Amino acid sequence: MMPIKSRSAKPVRTAGIKPPVWFLAPAVLLYLAIVLIPNGQGLFFSFTDWDGLGSTWAPVGIDNYRAVLSDPNSLQAILNTFMLTLIVTIGQNVIGLLLALGVNSRVKSRHLLRLVFFLPVVLTPIVAGYLWKYLLTPNGTLNGLLESTGLGAWRQNWLGDPEIVLYSICAAVIWQGAGYSMVIYLAGLQAVPAEALEAAAIDGAGAARRTWSITLPLINGAIVVNLLLCVIGNLKQFDTVFSMSEGGPSGASETMATIVYKTAFTYLEYPNALAQGAILTLLVGVIGFVQFRLTQRKALA
Amino acid sequence: MNRYTWRTCCLEIALLAVAFVFMVPMFVLVAVALRHPDGVQGFLGFTWPLDFSNLGDAWVESAMGPSIINSTWITGVSVALIIALASTAAYTLTRRTQHWTKGLFYLFLAGFLFPGQLAMLPLYLAFAKLGMVGNPLAVVLINVGGFMPFAIFLYSVFLRDLPKEYEESATIDGAMPMRMFWSVVFPLLRPVTGTVGILTALAIWNDFFTPLLYLTGGDSRTAPLSVFTFVSLYGADWPMVFSALITSVVPILIAYVLMQRFIMRGFASGLKG
Repeated sequence: MMPIKSRSAKPVRTAGIKPPVWFLAPAVLLYLAIVLIPNGQGLFFSFTDWDGLGSTWAPVGIDNYRAVLSDPNSLQAILNTFMLTLIVTIGQNVIGLLLALGVNSRVKSRHLLRLVFFLPVVLTPIVAGYLWKYLLTPNGTLNGLLESTGLGAWRQNWLGDPEIVLYSICAAVIWQGAGYSMVIYLAGLQAVPAEALEAAAIDGAGAARRTWSITLPLINGAIVVNLLLCVIGNLKQFDTVFSMSEGGPSGASETMATIVYKTAFTYLEYPNALAQGAILTLLVGVIGFVQFRLTQRKALA
Repeated sequence: MNRYTWRTCCLEIALLAVAFVFMVPMFVLVAVALRHPDGVQGFLGFTWPLDFSNLGDAWVESAMGPSIINSTWITGVSVALIIALASTAAYTLTRRTQHWTKGLFYLFLAGFLFPGQLAMLPLYLAFAKLGMVGNPLAVVLINVGGFMPFAIFLYSVFLRDLPKEYEESATIDGAMPMRMFWSVVFPLLRPVTGTVGILTALAIWNDFFTPLLYLTGGDSRTAPLSVFTFVSLYGADWPMVFSALITSVVPILIAYVLMQRFIMRGFASGLKG
């Protein structure tokens, strides 16, 4: 079945391929039922005093939003979500890029190193969360290591101190994600032509200079994709926080995703949970949309 | 520049040191799970002798075996449906170039921007009304619907660059649409089907939130949910908890070792374009 004469027939025949419209039906129906309609319902009922039973509700305007935005716990969660996303995005990308530069060199163990650095990515997030919870308990591995290396003064109650807990969680999230950023950067690095780097080396540019002036601009696409994935993923952060600290102590590490869950299923305050969900959706939507447009522009350029 | 110099050697030593630090949590996972109650604790908490009895106890107590079977079939059915629905939908969306197909494509793309927290309650109450809370099919449906934007996006990007010659000759031969898609187009999509399969399978297997909502307290738990249930029962009995953690991730670790290159390539090409 060779495509005989297809080249000459192309302009006429291209319009001839018309896959049936019903091919779309299952995907569209499920997408409507699971994503679009429930989101629409959620948005609608966030402006009511709906109790979840459906039959009795009255419009209350923006009361739920006012209640959420004047609640210190919700505000703390919004702030924490931004902090966590910012710290993780910077940390994960810096480390991921350095690892990618490292394993893209001539080192003999590069395949083993890639395997090791990527391993945490495939690990179940709540498993990683419980693992790190143990490492960071007051009598856990980290404090033990500090003690035995003479740095006992640096011991902390990593998950019990409200000033520190969010940073501790960030460390665990970065450990899990650095390998993901690494493989995306690695794909970008492997597309950088060796000639460009060699020419610069002949011109006397050092390794740091070559990386900064030649490699980084050429892996622009990988950087943008990494930032997009990192920001969107961490604005929704639930698993690691839930398994490491459950948002505590006293709300110090609560994120938007954990607080929506608690408001709905622990406190059963449905209208407030919907308002919180809508705020999170707005944040992800606006930030994601802006980043996505930038990605497309970069891809076209 | 391509030679192994003393600088490369220094870099190699530094990277191996970083790799060791990266692996410390994994070493501790094994050390605590195999801790012998009377053993002398050494480096990173490893004891001599080791005690493997926790692994078996945790496996039985947490019902990890049945949970892994549940996770496997939920993941398998979800991924198969995602591939079937998204490939056919993306095929129609990219080959029919009309205004409404473009609009529909962007409607699917918009799905990237819904984090799921707003839809959580209405969806949960709808499934509750259908009596499907506790039913793994609810989790399958949510997985398939939720991953449509991602999968359709990847398939569409691939299909746009795919030459149409094969389809055209098949059309001339008079093949029916379904047969034509299955025997001509679908095999050509193999690279992107691999990427979609890897990324969605891992995400669904590791997912905790949806099973937490729909399968908590029921008989058919997934592996991550059983880990959570076990931890809430055993709390600070770390050797037991860590044994449960290990048994729950064994299937992923085996898959990772067997398909490492394939998996990393899938992640690297995940969101190109």
